[in-house]
Amino acid sequence: MSYQGRVLRVDLSAGTTRTEALRRDWADDYLGARGLATRYLHEHGDPRADPLAPENPLIFATGPLTGTMASTGGRFVVVTKGALTNAIACSNSGGKFGAELKFAGYDLAVIEGRSAHPVYLLVIDGEARLVDASDLWGRTVWDTTETIVAAHGDPQIKVAAIGRAGESGVRYAAIVNDLHRAAGRSGVGAVMGAKRLKAFAARGTRGVAVAEPRRFMSVVRDTHAKLAADEGRKELTEFGTNAMIDSMNAFGGLPTRNFRDVTFEGTERLNPAAMSSVNERGHVNLVTNKACFGCTIGCGRIARVDPAHASVRDRPRYRHASGGLEYETAFAFGPVVGVDDLDAATFAGFLMNEHGMDPISFGVTLAAAMELWELGLVTVEDTGGVELVWGNGDALTVMAERTGLGEGFGRTLGLGAKRMCEAYGRPELAMVAKGQEFAGYDARALQGMGLGYATSNRGACHLRHDTFAEDMERQDGTGKAEACVRSQNLISMIDSTGTCLFTLGAWGTSEFGEQLRAALGERWTDERLLEAGERIWNLERTFNLGAGFGRADDTLPPRMLEVPAPAGTARGRVCELESMLDEYYALRGWSADGVPGEATLARLGLGAAADAA
Amino acid sequence: MTDRQSAPAHTAARPALVIDPEKCTSCLQCEMACSLEKEGLFAPAFSRIKVFEFEHGRRSVPYTCTQCEPAWCLHACPVDAISVAAGGVKVIDEAACVGCRVCTIACPYGTVNYNTRSGKAIKCDHCGGDPACAAACPTGAILFEPGTPA
Repeated sequence: MSYQGRVLRVDLSAGTTRTEALRRDWADDYLGARGLATRYLHEHGDPRADPLAPENPLIFATGPLTGTMASTGGRFVVVTKGALTNAIACSNSGGKFGAELKFAGYDLAVIEGRSAHPVYLLVIDGEARLVDASDLWGRTVWDTTETIVAAHGDPQIKVAAIGRAGESGVRYAAIVNDLHRAAGRSGVGAVMGAKRLKAFAARGTRGVAVAEPRRFMSVVRDTHAKLAADEGRKELTEFGTNAMIDSMNAFGGLPTRNFRDVTFEGTERLNPAAMSSVNERGHVNLVTNKACFGCTIGCGRIARVDPAHASVRDRPRYRHASGGLEYETAFAFGPVVGVDDLDAATFAGFLMNEHGMDPISFGVTLAAAMELWELGLVTVEDTGGVELVWGNGDALTVMAERTGLGEGFGRTLGLGAKRMCEAYGRPELAMVAKGQEFAGYDARALQGMGLGYATSNRGACHLRHDTFAEDMERQDGTGKAEACVRSQNLISMIDSTGTCLFTLGAWGTSEFGEQLRAALGERWTDERLLEAGERIWNLERTFNLGAGFGRADDTLPPRMLEVPAPAGTARGRVCELESMLDEYYALRGWSADGVPGEATLARLGLGAAADAA
Repeated sequence: MTDRQSAPAHTAARPALVIDPEKCTSCLQCEMACSLEKEGLFAPAFSRIKVFEFEHGRRSVPYTCTQCEPAWCLHACPVDAISVAAGGVKVIDEAACVGCRVCTIACPYGTVNYNTRSGKAIKCDHCGGDPACAAACPTGAILFEPGTPA
């Protein structure tokens, strides 16, 4: 069995740690990672709690395939009540931290309370302790990571840390691990900061064993080969996720200037070709691709900012290579703010990792601020002299840094689009669902995406469902609800295995099933896996209902519902959300108000869960 | 030292792991494959091949025993637990090894290590001619060249 069978319980208020046995009965129903952590949150958390209060648990969780040779088997999740959304947060990250946590002997860590002073959590081979981090408070993710590694003299220590953004309560603060991978969304870093937990460091030499090693390796050879042969995988390896930017632009679904436009005139200066070509000063942005733990895809980009670019010219600190543009960062530092400056966008990405912030939320919040500027509501007095005009790459990097450092107008941007736009009296300009900023897809051009944004339990997200094929095929809402429900259940399961969503396509339920059965035993039939996915989705929904969300929150801003797309394939269309939503609730076995029905809950074994909420 | 200096030079005729860091993505499939082969579980800490990462991942370098000549580990071992197998591969006889770690100090490359699980020294032995790391590498960064029989 590829669980470690151990859960770390940390009480920061008391300054204590202890180990308890993994609840196998829960693992048998919720698999691991996202699902299992949701079950633990349901047990130990209160949906009505203030996300920044001590009683909101912060849960790090690995899956049964984390730390194995299953391709991409290095994922971990952070589950808590989100500081950005007040809804359940589940942020998924790669890098090497997740596998190291498992090698250190733990499936999950449930962290509660609030420390009296800054600390970091150190876990080495089944031993956990809290270490004073007063000297690390105020320092960047990068400094913190290097300092912790050096302090213990072990270069194999893996660190997940917050930067100043998490400390100061930027609502979309991220937890950054391995320098440039992140549990990025929904403000999990702000929850960590509120607990005065600066970092979580892990080192492990305990291995991960699978139930049937020979069978597992036989299956893995097959799943590796399927992934290697997949066209989508090849594109991810060669171009990264940013391969999407040209096709999304051509389709007319690339959100531009705060989602007013659906095409951008500057993609050729941000696309993979631009990243790998020599610029006029002889600099090449892209250095190499890089994989997370166990990943045979390697979609990650490692890049360098042109040392002659204004943003870093006098700052040698930023001349090294680090995590480069992916599709979402290219969108968030490009079209949505009207910027076509590759180096400014790359540098903004570095700043997000260094200070620990979600690039999607930052970019879409800045885009809203630029629209407020255009309306004359945000002024030069607010911004300390920086002109928030569309396309201003300097504004992008300066504001990214000020937000990370909690300075000047950065404090306003740190509120996120929803809170900021409310403060300026124009809430409709925030491109959010449940308070979380949209990703790089327009909900009018991609109707299924719109439904996905509206129904995502963690607020707007492009990774909780997969209706791309359906959205490319037809422009109206027909058939989108069914595809949305089906893929949400499937992805809830994938996110609970410890592998990466980017295997989807090359792998279907049976490929995940084969790997899990070899690792865990026959209990996990394909049917039970999909049922677990549905159970997880419904338990997340139950948490949100307990937190006060309902149908009224499964919605999108008027720009998506009332203003027709100005161009592209979907020109003239609005998002047909209401009709898709009715169909979606019916398919889920939920009431017209979006509440799971008794029969649905009973079928999923969630009757008691709903009563408790 | 005469016999060591006269030992056959490393040639393409001998089996070798040929490593190209340019192709390495730092996925650690090699470390997991090695640890499964040698330890029966996924435990990169006990892998005989290690990937070193530099500058936020700008470069990743898989690194293991080069089966060098003269093999200082072999000559340093006080109990003659290390011998030369077919193709010039240096192998440790676990039954003979007393875990004194002198070989780990003698190795100039840091590729002989002490295994806290077994209390013995460990190093790459090419898995007897079919290295698991090379088979697992998804990018061709680690290739095994079996060499030509003499």
